[in-house]
Amino acid sequence: MSGIRVEAPPPLKKFAFLDMPEISDKLLDFKEGNRSKVRLFIPAIHCASCIWLLEHLHTLHHGILYSSVNFPKKEVHISFQNDLISLRQLVELLASIHYVPEITLQDMEGSTSRKSDRKLLIKLGIAGFSFLNIMTYSLAEYVPGGDAIDPKLKQLFAILSFVLILPVVLYSANDYYLSAWKGLKHKIISIDLPITLGILALFVQSSWEVFSGTGIGYMDSLAGLLFFLLIGKWYQGKTYQALSFERDYRSYFPIAVTKVEQEEEVILPIRELRKGDTILIRNQELIPADALLTEGRANIDYSFVTGEAIPQSRHPGDLIFAGGRQVGSTIKLIIEKPVEQSYLTQLWNQSEQKSEKLSLDNLINQISQYFTAIVLIIAFTSFFYWIATDLRTAVYVFSSVLIIACPCALALTVPFTFGSTMRVFGKRGFYIKSTDVVEKIYRTTCLVFDKTGTLTLNRKMKTRFEGEPLTSSEQQLIRSLVQHSSHPLSTALYDTLPAIESLEVDQYEEIPGLGITAVIGTQRINIGSRLFVTGSETGEDAQESRVYIGFGNQMRGFFRFSNLYRANLKQVIDTLSHKYELHLISGDNDAERTRLETIFGPSAELHFNQSPTEKKQYIENLKKQGKQVLMIGDGLNDAGALRESDAGISIADDVFSFSPASDAILDAKQFAKLDKFICFTKQSFKVIRLSLLISFFYNVIGLSFAVSAKLSPLVAAILMPLSSVSVVAFATLTVTLLAQKKLNPELSTH
Amino acid sequence: MEAIFFLIIIGVVVAGGFLAAFIWAVRSGQYEDDYSPSVRILFDQKKPKKKKDEANSIQDNDTIDKKKEH
Repeated sequence: MSGIRVEAPPPLKKFAFLDMPEISDKLLDFKEGNRSKVRLFIPAIHCASCIWLLEHLHTLHHGILYSSVNFPKKEVHISFQNDLISLRQLVELLASIHYVPEITLQDMEGSTSRKSDRKLLIKLGIAGFSFLNIMTYSLAEYVPGGDAIDPKLKQLFAILSFVLILPVVLYSANDYYLSAWKGLKHKIISIDLPITLGILALFVQSSWEVFSGTGIGYMDSLAGLLFFLLIGKWYQGKTYQALSFERDYRSYFPIAVTKVEQEEEVILPIRELRKGDTILIRNQELIPADALLTEGRANIDYSFVTGEAIPQSRHPGDLIFAGGRQVGSTIKLIIEKPVEQSYLTQLWNQSEQKSEKLSLDNLINQISQYFTAIVLIIAFTSFFYWIATDLRTAVYVFSSVLIIACPCALALTVPFTFGSTMRVFGKRGFYIKSTDVVEKIYRTTCLVFDKTGTLTLNRKMKTRFEGEPLTSSEQQLIRSLVQHSSHPLSTALYDTLPAIESLEVDQYEEIPGLGITAVIGTQRINIGSRLFVTGSETGEDAQESRVYIGFGNQMRGFFRFSNLYRANLKQVIDTLSHKYELHLISGDNDAERTRLETIFGPSAELHFNQSPTEKKQYIENLKKQGKQVLMIGDGLNDAGALRESDAGISIADDVFSFSPASDAILDAKQFAKLDKFICFTKQSFKVIRLSLLISFFYNVIGLSFAVSAKLSPLVAAILMPLSSVSVVAFATLTVTLLAQKKLNPELSTH
Repeated sequence: MEAIFFLIIIGVVVAGGFLAAFIWAVRSGQYEDDYSPSVRILFDQKKPKKKKDEANSIQDNDTIDKKKEH
C-alpha cells in the first residue's frame, strides 16, 4: 500500500445553505406538514451493501421514515420528518457515513423526468399485446384446413383483430406519423415516411378486407411490424442513466456561497451574487464567479478547468477566474462579474446555440430518400400495368407494394448495430450518448486533442532532481516529510522516492501556496517554493513546476516536475495517425513541444497557449474547411470545443462525477484502447452495409410477390418478421463477435 | 362452437389483465431500476422493535467500518 492520506475533513459549514428555506424548498420533491421527500444523487453508490446501508437509514436516525435506492441512477429517495431532522442534518448524516450527496445548481432548476421512456414502454406493451392476440386469430387461417373455418367465426376474428389494431395504429405508431410529417415540413424524406406509408397501406387494405367480409387482412403483420420497430427504438434509447452528457457549469457550481456583509457571514444563493459583493471561500470550495482576491493566500486548483493538477498560487490583488477550487486557508474575494457573465460560463452560453436539428446527414435518411422514390415508382408502374386488366387488382398491387416495401428491417439495422456497438463500448469503459454519435465518430476525418489531463496523467508526474544527487538517508527524510501533505506535488514526490521506512516527524506545518516544514530528529527540513526555502524568488522558472529542498538554512537543490504521458500514448497516436489528420491544441506553453512532435510525427499540427475561446474557434475553422472533427478533451476549458466539434469525447478519471458536456465519455483507464474504439466504428459500419444488403434481399423477394399480385397475408406474415429477425440477429451477433476479436487486448492483432 | 366464443372472451380478458398489469408496472417505475430489487429481496425482514435497534446498530457500525476501509 502506498501513500494513504486522510482526506481533509469537509468544512463544517459546507451544507449550511440547506438551512435556507428558498433553497431547501426547491430541492425537496414533496413537502406537506412535517413530512418531506427528497431525491439525492450520490456518486459513491456502487455495490449491494451501499443499497443495504442507504435503505437502513431509519436505524441511524429516527426522523428518517423511509429510504430507497435507484441503483442505475445512483440516487436515493428519502422521506423524513422535517421536525425531527432537517435537510441539512440529513445530508450531513449521509456525508458522515461517506455517502456525500452531490448537490449542484442544476438540481435547483427542476429535474428532468423520464416520462417519455415510460411512454415508449407502454406503446411497446400495447403493440405486443395486440400482435400476439391477432396472431392467434390469424394463425388458424394459415394452417392447412384453415379454409374449413366457420365463416361466422372468421368474421368474428376479423372484427376482433380490427378492434385490437386500433390502439396500435392510433397510439403506438403515432411517433412515426409525427416524425414523417416533421421531416416533410423540413423537406426531408426520413425513414419514417416509407414506414408511415406502409402502416397506412396495411391498415386501409386490411380494414377494407374486414368490412367487405373478404378476410382478416394483414392485421397480424401490421401489429408485428410495429412491435419490432418499437423494440428497435427501445434498444436504441437505452442509455447510461447515471452518466450525464449534458453537464454545463451549473452541475459544477455550488448552490450557495458565504457572503461577508458588515463583518457578518451570511449564506447567499450564487444566483443573487452581484458585482462588488465580498465572499469567503474556504478550503476545498469552488470559486463561483470571476473575482478579485483581497485577503489570504489563494492556492487555486484548476484541475477541473484545465486538467492541470498543480494548484496555482495567487496574491491579493490578483483576478481569479471562476471554476477553480481553493486549497488551503480561507480567502476573501470581491466579485467582479456575476456568475452568468464570468469567463467560463459565458463560453458555455455562447456554444449553447448549437441546438438539435433534424439531421439529413445520417446514413439511413440518405438511403430512405432513394428508397422512398424507388418504392413509389415501382408502386405506380405496377398500378398502371395492372389497370389495363382490372382496377381492383391494380389497387391491390399498389397497396401490396407499399406494404411489403415497408422498411422495417432497414429501420432496425442502425438501432441494433450501433446500439450493440454502444453496449460493447460501454462494457469496456467508453460511454456514448446516443447511436447518432457512433455514426459521427465513424465519419470523422480529423482528430483534435487537448494536452493537459487528456494526454497527460492527472495525478502523476515525472520528477528529476537537480543538484548533487541525494543520499538515501536524505531521500528518507524527504519522503517522511512529504508523506504528511496532500498537495499533488508532495504525492508525486512520495511516489517517486524509493520506499524506505518513514521517520517520526515533529512540528509539522503546511503553509498553503508555499511549502511544508518540519523537524526530523534534529534536522529542520523545508520543502516548497524557492521563496519558501531560500527567502528570495529570483531564479524561479515560471515555465515549469519545481520543488526546492532545504536542510536547515541550506538549499540542497530542487526537483523538476514534468508531465507524465498516459501509457500507450505513442502506440495510440501512431495507429490513429495513419488514418486521421491529427491536431493538438493546448492551453499550456510549448515547453513540451519537441517531445510531443516526436510522438505525433511530422504531419500533425501542434498549437500551444490556446485560450478556451481560441480552442473553440480552431474547431470552427476546421469545420469550415469541410472536415468532420472529433475533439478529445477533459477540462471545463475544453467544453466549448467539445460542443463545437461534430463529436466530442471527454476523458474522465471518474466517469460519474466529473466531465464536461460531450457526446461520449471515456474512462481514463481505457485510454490505451482509444484507437481501437475509434477504428471499431468502421467495423460497425461494415456490419450495417451487410445488414442493409440482407434487408434489400428480402425486399426484392417481397416486391416480386407484390407486383405479380400474389401477395397473400400469409406471405406477408412470414416475410416481414423473418426479415426483421434475421437483420437484428445478424447485426447484434456480428458486432458482439467482432468486439471480442478487436477490442479485447489479449486477442488483438496489433 | 360456443366453447370457442367462450374461450376467445377468456383469452382477451386474461391477456388484457396482463397488459393492464404491465402498464401499471411501467407507470409505477418498476422498470427504472432493475438491479436494487434483486438485492433488496435478500435483506432481513424487520425484527421485533426492541431487539431491532440493538442488533441493527451493531450491524450498521460494522458496515460503516467496512466502508471506511476501502
